[in-house]
Amino acid sequence: MKRIILALAASSILTAGAASAETLKVCAEGAYPPFSKTNEAGDLEGFDIDIANAICDEIGVTCELQATEWDGIIPALLEKKCDAIIASMSITEERKKAIDFSEKYYNTPARFVARSDADFTIDEDGLADMVVGVQRGSVHQDFMEKTFPEVELQLYGTQDEVYLDLQSGRLDAAIQDSIAADDGFLKTDAGDGFAFIGGNQNDPAIHGEGAGIGVRKEDVFLKYALSAAIAALRENGTYKEINDKYFEFDIY
Amino acid sequence: MRFELALQHWEVFASGVWMTLHLTALCLLIGGCIAIPVAFAMLRGGVSGWLATGYVYLFRGTPLLVQLYLVYYGLSQFDFIRETWFWRPPAYLRSACIEDLMGWKVCAADFIPSLRSAWWCALITFSLNSGAYVGEILRGALKNTPKGELEAATALGLTDKQVRRRIHIPSAFRRALPQYGNEVIFMMHGSAIMSVITLQDILGVGRWLRAKYYVPYEGIVASAILYLVITYLLVFAFQLIERRYLRHLNIKAPGAERGWFGRSAV
Amino acid sequence: MRRSASTEARDAASLVLWVCPVNRAARLIPALGVVAALILLLTFAVGDYQALLLKGAAVTVSLALCSLVLATTLGIAGAAAKIRGGRILRFIASIYTVIARGIPDIVMILLFYFGGQRLLNAATEAMGLGVFELSAFVAGTLAIGLIYGAYLAETFRGAWQGLPRGQIDAAKALGLPTVLAFRKVYLPQLIRAVLSGYSNVWQVLVKSTAVVSVIGLADLVGIADKIGKSTRDSFMLMTIVLLFYLTLTIISERGFGWLERRSDRWAS
Repeated sequence: MKRIILALAASSILTAGAASAETLKVCAEGAYPPFSKTNEAGDLEGFDIDIANAICDEIGVTCELQATEWDGIIPALLEKKCDAIIASMSITEERKKAIDFSEKYYNTPARFVARSDADFTIDEDGLADMVVGVQRGSVHQDFMEKTFPEVELQLYGTQDEVYLDLQSGRLDAAIQDSIAADDGFLKTDAGDGFAFIGGNQNDPAIHGEGAGIGVRKEDVFLKYALSAAIAALRENGTYKEINDKYFEFDIY
Repeated sequence: MRFELALQHWEVFASGVWMTLHLTALCLLIGGCIAIPVAFAMLRGGVSGWLATGYVYLFRGTPLLVQLYLVYYGLSQFDFIRETWFWRPPAYLRSACIEDLMGWKVCAADFIPSLRSAWWCALITFSLNSGAYVGEILRGALKNTPKGELEAATALGLTDKQVRRRIHIPSAFRRALPQYGNEVIFMMHGSAIMSVITLQDILGVGRWLRAKYYVPYEGIVASAILYLVITYLLVFAFQLIERRYLRHLNIKAPGAERGWFGRSAV
Repeated sequence: MRRSASTEARDAASLVLWVCPVNRAARLIPALGVVAALILLLTFAVGDYQALLLKGAAVTVSLALCSLVLATTLGIAGAAAKIRGGRILRFIASIYTVIARGIPDIVMILLFYFGGQRLLNAATEAMGLGVFELSAFVAGTLAIGLIYGAYLAETFRGAWQGLPRGQIDAAKALGLPTVLAFRKVYLPQLIRAVLSGYSNVWQVLVKSTAVVSVIGLADLVGIADKIGKSTRDSFMLMTIVLLFYLTLTIISERGFGWLERRSDRWAS
């Protein structure tokens, strides 16, 4: 059964008009460590990138990764600049109106980060005079706009920019994925003096069911093939290998 | 095609227009104040002339985007800057507020430049940039003032100071008007990059719409239309001003079509 | 009145030397060497990223040159349409200038990158072809070329209309063939009249290339921005970028200034 789906997927990529039958064009990001970042040679690396390559291996195609600015990543998919988004994108109802998703490939909660000595609470009063940073077009922006509409929000193009302004003191707090914040910021030198504040923020209606691979709605076979590939990676241990390279526990 | 989204969110776009316009206007005002001494210094020469020329070269010779990055991300990386008033005004100024001034809350600290705020970073960078461009325009206009005009004034018994303030500067300002009009439009266009440092100007709102509804270009097209409209309103306004203040010049020279399109100066 | 072959040859040689001044360029080499050394020295300050930054600088320069070629082509076409075109051509040309000059460069680039892809997809689908991706480089070149083509159209048209009519009449009266008249009478004067406007446009165009980094192009600004944010040393990296652009604009200014003096002598 799996073989058939994979074969169908390969043909669906072909008809989707990718540059050639053997490549899958993948939109990734590049400023969201440890999931994706740009290394010294200018190449992409990180959890998302490793997963993308493993999935392409599983389907039997080559990944052609391209760094895409986050707030234009769904438009880029819709305009066929790429065929799939592997960029830690949460599967949400709002996004499902525009695109479709594979099954999740990881799921971690969102949390606020602030200075370790900050003494405000995460509620309407505690955040009243604070400036909070989020990545533009992320679920965290939706979360802030719906849960704390009165709080002053600053929108950034990348998560790295959020950390920079958090460190320099332009922001009082930031909300983002807890794992991304932990490994991409708190555990680095720059994150010295910062800590999580409050518990996990989880609103299923906004945060969705984890990060999935975004595809165009018409590419149904590709969607199934990607889900099947994720399941296969979980089964054959490749996922665990990649997971352990970055994290101390299973983030699935 | 979901252009109704832009109409639904017209209030957000209106706030973007306000952000673009008020910041551009302030930058031009401050830039103009910088430009006058810079232009005179360049003409006078000497050490101040060299400094002024260096300033003009630096800001005219490099992209505004790079200048903005340098101020916003470059300066904020230094601890010694973050420990001064220029990062954040002291608490007692932040708490010295008038709660309700025509519906706004205004604090003493709001008037002190603070590199912590993206708005001030944009204002500082754009003002310095505009100062350099306008300074160069003024220098050209001052230098090209017909000698006879100044000699006539001196012959009438005006002192050097009077000649400068009553004749030289007003005359140069008038002749600089067309180029200044271009500069105003370039500044307004240039200000569109403020969306890269989190400010929600016209383009920032367009990108916000794109990220919110995942529409590829509706937000950007709406921004483009707004810029187009504002540009030509400004062009029209400058044509009116020029008609008023440049009446005395022979503006219908052959081969030189009037209006913004007629100019080759960039 | 036959001109000797040797005069022809000398004319041709002087034209070649004028367009491509080998002997003069040789004098510029030490100066260019110093500038290159300075930039290299600065990029050494950021160690591992040196090769990447140099690659970015090459992208920036080629983006600027490609845009200039496109802008010049569009400028000539636009000027021709405005001078010689019928009502429809003139109308199209003025719509083009209105739009190209009314929209900021960054907005135009975003429009081309996303809107342009939509149009391209529609076209290729209609022809039954696959998807051709509009890369950031191509979108940037198109957007910048389009904007500055509109300015150049005005520059070219102004220069053409500023030509002294008497000389054209004189050339006709002398019975010079059109091609010869163009080459010998119009072109030198056109070049002289166009140069200062052309150099203005080039200077602004070079600075506009910085903005293409917002659609993810790995040009000098894009690369320096990424490195600066990950190493938390934007100050050093952006200073390098600043100096690079400054060098580029100062060299261009000197180069064009020299060309202008040169053409003044040649045309008078």
